[in-house]
Amino acid sequence: MAAELSDARAALAGVSNEPGAPKPDPIITGSNITRTFGGLKAVDVEKIEIQRGVITALIGPNGAGKTTLFNLLTGFDEPDSGQWAFNGTELGKVPAFKVARLGMVRTFQLTKVLAKLTVIENMRLGATGQRGEKFFSAIFKSLWSSQEDANTKRADDLLARFKLDAKREDFAGSLSGGQRKLLEMARALMVDPELIMLDEPMAGVNPALKQSLLGHVKSLRDEGRTVLFVEHDMDMVRDISDWVIVMAQGQIVAEGTPQSVMADQRVIDAYLGAHHDTDITEIDVEDLEAEADAELDAEEKKA
Amino acid sequence: MRLRLAALLAAALGTSLLLMPATAMAETTPTPTPTTGGAAPDKNPIVEGANITVTLKDLNAGKGEPKPVPGVSLTVFKDSATGEEQGTQVTDQTGRVSIGIPGNGKYVVVLDPKTLPDGVKLSGKGETTKTVQVKLASSNFVQFQIGAVVVEKASLGSKIIDGTRSGVISGLLIALAALGLSLIFGTTGLTNFAHGELITFGAIATYVFNRGFGLPVIAAGVLAVVASAAFGFLQDRGLWRPLRNRGTGLIAMMIVSIGLALFMRSIFQYGFGGSTKTLSEYVVQGRDSYGPIDLSHKEIAIVLVSVLTIAITCIAMMRTRLGKAMRAVSDNPALSASSGLRVDGVISAVWVLGTALTGLAGVLLAVQQQVNFQMGFNLLLLVFAGVTLGGLGTIWGALIGSLIIGLMVELGPVFGVPASIKEVGALAVLILILLVRPQGILGKAQRIG
Amino acid sequence: MDFGTIIDAAFSAAFGPQAIVFALAAIGLNVHFGYTGLLNFGQAGFMSIAAFGLAVTVVTWDLPFWLGIIVGMIAAVILALILGVPTLRLRADYLAIVTIATSEILRLVFGAVEFKDTFGGSNGLTGFVRPYQNLNPYGGGIDLGIVSFSRNDLWSITVGWSLVALCCLLVWAVMRSPWGRVLKSIREDEDAVRSLGKNVFAYKMQALVLGGLFGGLAGIFHILKQGSAVPTDFNTTFTFYAYAALLIGGAARVLGPVVGSMIFWFLIAGIGSFFSEATKGSSPVIPDWIMTSDQSSLIRLILLGLGLMLLMIFRPQGIFGDRREIAIDGR
Ligand SMILES: Nc1ncnc2c1ncn2[C@@H]1O[C@H](COP(=O)(O)OP(=O)(O)O)[C@@H](O)[C@H]1O
Ligand SMILES: [Mg+2]
Repeated sequence: MAAELSDARAALAGVSNEPGAPKPDPIITGSNITRTFGGLKAVDVEKIEIQRGVITALIGPNGAGKTTLFNLLTGFDEPDSGQWAFNGTELGKVPAFKVARLGMVRTFQLTKVLAKLTVIENMRLGATGQRGEKFFSAIFKSLWSSQEDANTKRADDLLARFKLDAKREDFAGSLSGGQRKLLEMARALMVDPELIMLDEPMAGVNPALKQSLLGHVKSLRDEGRTVLFVEHDMDMVRDISDWVIVMAQGQIVAEGTPQSVMADQRVIDAYLGAHHDTDITEIDVEDLEAEADAELDAEEKKA
Repeated sequence: MRLRLAALLAAALGTSLLLMPATAMAETTPTPTPTTGGAAPDKNPIVEGANITVTLKDLNAGKGEPKPVPGVSLTVFKDSATGEEQGTQVTDQTGRVSIGIPGNGKYVVVLDPKTLPDGVKLSGKGETTKTVQVKLASSNFVQFQIGAVVVEKASLGSKIIDGTRSGVISGLLIALAALGLSLIFGTTGLTNFAHGELITFGAIATYVFNRGFGLPVIAAGVLAVVASAAFGFLQDRGLWRPLRNRGTGLIAMMIVSIGLALFMRSIFQYGFGGSTKTLSEYVVQGRDSYGPIDLSHKEIAIVLVSVLTIAITCIAMMRTRLGKAMRAVSDNPALSASSGLRVDGVISAVWVLGTALTGLAGVLLAVQQQVNFQMGFNLLLLVFAGVTLGGLGTIWGALIGSLIIGLMVELGPVFGVPASIKEVGALAVLILILLVRPQGILGKAQRIG
Repeated sequence: MDFGTIIDAAFSAAFGPQAIVFALAAIGLNVHFGYTGLLNFGQAGFMSIAAFGLAVTVVTWDLPFWLGIIVGMIAAVILALILGVPTLRLRADYLAIVTIATSEILRLVFGAVEFKDTFGGSNGLTGFVRPYQNLNPYGGGIDLGIVSFSRNDLWSITVGWSLVALCCLLVWAVMRSPWGRVLKSIREDEDAVRSLGKNVFAYKMQALVLGGLFGGLAGIFHILKQGSAVPTDFNTTFTFYAYAALLIGGAARVLGPVVGSMIFWFLIAGIGSFFSEATKGSSPVIPDWIMTSDQSSLIRLILLGLGLMLLMIFRPQGIFGDRREIAIDGR
């Protein structure tokens, strides 16, 4: 594992710290991606490349445009301009479901578990190429039951890995916020994605679970997947990411290894505005988490 | 476009006592199906017992066979046109109305010329009244003609002007109700299917204050608006706020509103009866010419009142603190709550304002047309169409959408929409616009993630 | 006051043809709303287009009956496709408005005097039931005391309940499959389903078509059992009643719409008959100044409205549903 870790980082060794720096083996390349809401330029990314097989963190203050960028890349929103490609396939007008089928699967900042389905049904939904999902073969169970059994087995393995096996038959709506994050991540893995994009996977997760989530994210890379994730917790970013991209006001303002980014003046400016003298790891992580919690609460109340 | 040059109108009046076969009304399966939509009812059953039955036929239309004239409003009075009203009905698809009367005597049948279809004018001296002497002892089926006259050829221009006039008026009435619906939807997210009944409430309240308590129509209208506002306040307090507080979902609330609509409409029908009734004043008014436009006094009043009300509401929404609070809640309730706004108080105010506006729409509709237990229900779809067309939850959108819908409905027949189903044009346009601009004309796209 | 009449009315309605029409329509709504979360408020439109598809084919065009059935069902599918293309990408409330508008457009057009030659105007079309009635094997009606049916009704309930059983079987088979799981997931959160690589639009369209077909079947059965296709039968209020029936039985359950329709008609007919008996005659049980016999027919509607509200507030899962599974909350 240590070897792999250094492999991943070694591949990025020669990459410059400039925003949008080219990578030796990019899985995503994009340019001139813009999206405005009213007068507000939520995303204005001149160039972006994500290295294959590493964990890339996307950080930036609230409202920096991280979620919007996720939406654009995965086809959930349409940009005003820009091109981007996944594994060389242009994704300009490709709808979200096709993006996912290509192997690029995302999770949501506000978790989207299917509350009135059981945990195991949530998992089974993730499997791709199901014969039973076609209307006419759905009518006859014999046409899809063996495939369903295989999917269930895979789902059970993943649930066990994410320590959700005890909740197998519970309605997903009854899970805690952290468990929902886990379920969403496990479900995304059912698609067997090449690139998994996690939007704030740690928000609202209690510290004990956080540690195991960290392990899961690392193990994803060790399985050979690429991970792109949005996170506010600087400790976590430093701990697991191989590369960090910093966004502010829609633009990528800096890139680099965790250590170099956290020392970067542009990053400190982006986060703190005028307050230059604070250490970046102390930025209002608490505040940000409280905010995310409030959002989660609001969502739970709605559900 | 084929213009009808001359129209001959004949009315057949029949009176009878207990002669009509009772089977006409017999119900085999209990089907709770009140009719919806459309100006003309599909079938006016012949009233059991003493009645005056009138059939309107256009002798010039149809090939050889006179064609029934649906959608014309007729009222029966005792003794004279200012006497006690016996009832009002709109002619059905066979051109028939049937209005019950208490017994022997002289009755006057008054026809509302404004409700005549385009191109059909009364012949003779254009008399809108007919006097009938009813003797119940023997059944008599009187048939007589009103006479014949050549109707001036209506130019396309004057048709457009007429259509625009009625379109603007109904557009404004729809806009008042749509504003109410949009305010409530914007702040609470409720798709209120009982909104039509709030219109009816305003109209029936006007009728009750006017005919029941003998107040002049204007005073009755003002009181009806106040009553509507009070009703809205109580409805929010008694029903919607408790539901919000226990976290009832929006779709569940929408279904609750469907139940409420059915409940209220049936209560209205229970208390008010199934027939169409008129207020005591301003029922039939001639139109004066103002340049190329003909307007009656009540139409001018309706336009002024609704334009002023809409303008004041919009300015208030922009300028006053309450208005700003309403818009803030509508944009983001959670944020407004956390920034110290009394969201419940604001929502109460929205209900009061929204139902007052909607009640006013009912009042004006009662003056413009007549009062009926399902008048609001019949208008509801157009109100929804106006709000949707403009963009759900935006105030300006609701206004513009409603005016477009009103104009589409009234101008449709000029451009080839069959006159008996003129709403179809507006609804079709709604669907087409949503195809091109899903969020409506002024709506904004929603957030993901 | 004759309680026998009331009981007969209630039970005959619960098992009678009208309840079957509602059951079929509500099974369709269950696929739309209960399983997929599509707010179709235009089920009456699916019914009317199929009904008039049959009636126009047979009466106006003078073509064979069975071809008419096929035309009717195809018309329902086409309507689903036309409705679905613009609206299934939009928010749920837009589908609601567009489906109501469409069903009203259809009702108005079918009843318009201008199109009387094709659709028969407000009186509608008759004279297409002969082939259906000729298949009737029964010699006469039955009267079992608490229920009684005429010969025609007996044939209709035989055909109708068989159709209902087949439809339920189909719904049961597809809803336990992965296909049904996708629909239920779309109801919960369509973006989540999209993010897992499912073509949400295609599934919604399939659901709209399937439910629309059940609606079309309801419309065809309706005009066959009564022998005439009348436009006003297919109004929006009908759709609302079908929703009431569905919600009484419980949405997202295979038998919910069936049980719901039976209970709906049991109550509607029973209450209607009770108050009509209570206000009948020269010295009615309920005096005239409280309730006339005209008003008595409104009580069931008042109670229905009230009942729908209370049901939605206190038992949104329906009488037999499971609260945790119920689809109707949130947005
Ligand atoms: N649908 C939308 N409509 C209007 N503004 C939006 C929408 N989605 C995002 N925004 C705005 O775009 C900016 C970026 O938002 P977002 O991508 O969610 O930021 P982040 O995820 O980095 O916190 C914010 O100012 C936000 O308010
Ligand atoms: Mg975000």
